[in-house]
Amino acid sequence: MIYMAPTELKMENISISFPGVKALDEVDFKMETGSVHALIGANGAGKSTLMKVLSGAYSHYTGEILIDDKIAKIRSPKDAKKHGIQIVYQEVDTALIPYLTVGENIMLNNLVQDMDKKQWVSYSSIHQKATGILQKLDIQVSSKQLVSSLTLAEKQMVLIARAISKECKFLILDEPTAPLSQGETDKLFQIVRQLQEQNVGIIFISHRLVELFDICDEITVMRNGKFISRDTIKSISINQIVEKMLGKKLDEQFPKMEKIIGETVLTVSHLSDNKKVKDVSFTAKTGEIIGLAGLVGAGKTEICKALFGATEKVKGTITYKDKTFKNKNPKQAVARRFAFVPEERRKEGILVSENVRINLTSSHLKHFLQLGSFLNFKKEATVAKEMVGKLDVKTPNIETKLENLSGGNQQKIAIGKWLIADADVYIFDEPTKGVDVGSKKDIFTLISGLAKEGKTIIYASSELVEIIGITDRAYVIYDGQIAKELQTNKTTEQELLYYSTGGQ
Amino acid sequence: MSNAVEPQTNPTSQGKQKKPFDLFQFLYKYGTIITIVALIIIFYIANPLFLQPSNIINILRSISIVTIIAIGLTISLSVNGFDLSIGSVASLSNAVVISMFIWYSQSTVIAISTAILAALVIGALNAFLIVKVRIPDMLLTLAMMFIVQGIALTYTRGATISENMIMADGNYATGEISNAFGMLGKVPWIIIIMLITVVVVHIFLTYTKHGRYMYVIGGNQEAARLSGIPVKKYKVIAYLLSAFFASIGGIVLASRVMTAEINAGGPYLMDAVAAAFIGLSVLGAGKPNAFGTFVGACLIGILANGLVMLSVPYYAMDIVKGTVFALALALTYYKMK
Repeated sequence: MIYMAPTELKMENISISFPGVKALDEVDFKMETGSVHALIGANGAGKSTLMKVLSGAYSHYTGEILIDDKIAKIRSPKDAKKHGIQIVYQEVDTALIPYLTVGENIMLNNLVQDMDKKQWVSYSSIHQKATGILQKLDIQVSSKQLVSSLTLAEKQMVLIARAISKECKFLILDEPTAPLSQGETDKLFQIVRQLQEQNVGIIFISHRLVELFDICDEITVMRNGKFISRDTIKSISINQIVEKMLGKKLDEQFPKMEKIIGETVLTVSHLSDNKKVKDVSFTAKTGEIIGLAGLVGAGKTEICKALFGATEKVKGTITYKDKTFKNKNPKQAVARRFAFVPEERRKEGILVSENVRINLTSSHLKHFLQLGSFLNFKKEATVAKEMVGKLDVKTPNIETKLENLSGGNQQKIAIGKWLIADADVYIFDEPTKGVDVGSKKDIFTLISGLAKEGKTIIYASSELVEIIGITDRAYVIYDGQIAKELQTNKTTEQELLYYSTGGQ
Repeated sequence: MSNAVEPQTNPTSQGKQKKPFDLFQFLYKYGTIITIVALIIIFYIANPLFLQPSNIINILRSISIVTIIAIGLTISLSVNGFDLSIGSVASLSNAVVISMFIWYSQSTVIAISTAILAALVIGALNAFLIVKVRIPDMLLTLAMMFIVQGIALTYTRGATISENMIMADGNYATGEISNAFGMLGKVPWIIIIMLITVVVVHIFLTYTKHGRYMYVIGGNQEAARLSGIPVKKYKVIAYLLSAFFASIGGIVLASRVMTAEINAGGPYLMDAVAAAFIGLSVLGAGKPNAFGTFVGACLIGILANGLVMLSVPYYAMDIVKGTVFALALALTYYKMK
């Protein structure tokens, strides 16, 4: 191997603010080409924001980026590419054109930028160059294949190939392994090592702490938009990383309510969806809040949807109060008094262009009928007003469209519609996502209140603080399976994170 | 994915609330009605005959078939669907109902039921291919528009069906169109049928559970599904109703002209689409609604009638209609921006 002098990348005092939040606060970051550097932090720590700064996605940051001690002005993606910084985002499909070939996708930048006055495309040279790059990385994909026929892992590799089709000194991989299987991950790591030998610096973002030890040389931990530490991977353990990620506890905002936990009423056996969820079994009691803890992408949402009948071809059974059944579709689930507050609120939970009243009554309309199928507007209005008062929703009136309410108030409506439906089993999927602190507290109180009434609650969240704060018992989900069952009062965030990241 | 602390895309509203008067909002809400009033005044000044009772009835009669067909389209729009096959379905029903009388000497009830049944078969096919096979509605109904047009043509053997027509064997057709059927297309019945359609569908969409479910599905299909609403069932119903009203439109058309011309229903498609889209904004509804569709049809009808009175040639009428349609779309999509 020819020795190539490493290039050093430094980011100094990087700060960036968005309306209402300081996303990065004087962050430092340093690495060299020819090494693999892990960038770690909990959800919202600022990893992705920092990498977006580096790749030129934001222009309004303060601080400096230096390459070999020379100031590099990076304010646009074009600037970043000029300095040899390339990024592969996690959502590979947004960056690929499915009905073009692998070769055309790899050479897309060249096709667009280097054409200038040329009018004719030379496909033979495109495929030749693309094949060269694929061979260099030892990727077993034909340049002439259509991208739409590739697997997710292969698409990722095509994007990596595109990134290095131009000059590439630093390659950012944003959570590349999250959707990959073990075999695919191994293959990806081979490619990463190849690149490392070719003197490329790789910044590796991942939630799977275990795999960092296979591939990384150094590790930078961030928390709440701040730089916490930089270590060599050899000098640190998983537990130490976890401690640094979590830092001090947040303020107490969880209600403490006296409640009675009753008999086991809900038994879920061998739930699978043929995709993400693999043989999940658990139980829940009346008045109990069960946590499904796990990182983003661990399969919590998929478990919730499978329970509620929102995915097709679900295997496994649900037993509730001596009746064993399957929820084949959400309609059946609702009829069996299940309620589901989905994670993607605007996409799945509410009708943004409809008003508060219509949203609140939509899942229990049969309660508001008269003379057969005619709606009783008066009753609707009364109940909606009551619910708005009970949940303390900040809205001018019940005829206000939801698009005019804040995220927290929208979420209260999304929950409120199931309170009107008066279900027995409540499934919450990331109910505090995009919700302000004040509303968060209201939502916790609400959920605890439901448990106190004797409802059974399944609470899925990647915010481990919340799992500790609100649940009675937690199942840690890793890769679509239950990795561990824990009593909440006998566990810690550290332990939850340890199992969430694949610890055994 | 790791969620960096990024600004939550907050609803865009806050800034809008305190403006004293929003001209665009005002125009959006009342624009159609103001336009109608303005047109009436202008046409009245240009020609006082415009407001004669006979002319008003004339306008209502001229818009009744468009309105009935457009009401069906409104229902498919309410579940966020689209049905381009309505014009062809109207042609088919027109052909079937007339042929039942003239070729097969059937009774009024059987003639009408057969025509409706034929339309419902098309509606069911639309629903199946859109809901089960998941073909995008616009494309599927476009294909279906051609297929049904072809079926209607093939059925009539490419000829106009009328009383005493010469049959393939060289004899005159002996069947007659019943007097009762002939009444449907005459004043006042044609206007009454239209008004009943508008009122019934308005009540259905606004005051019943089913209508509410349809709007919820149209607003957010996934949220509707996760609320336990049988989304597929209601989409099927929507396409069946769409075909049903297209068929009623075709039958009334048949009664009005007493023949089955080639592709007689085709031209009604564009007018119906225009009426339904103009109707979106009426009184700020912001969603497909039967009353709005009726107002939209009125606007088109008044415009057409008035311009004819002003001796604008009929062949230039499409320019005006198209322009009004484009303006209505501009209003709707500019607001959504």
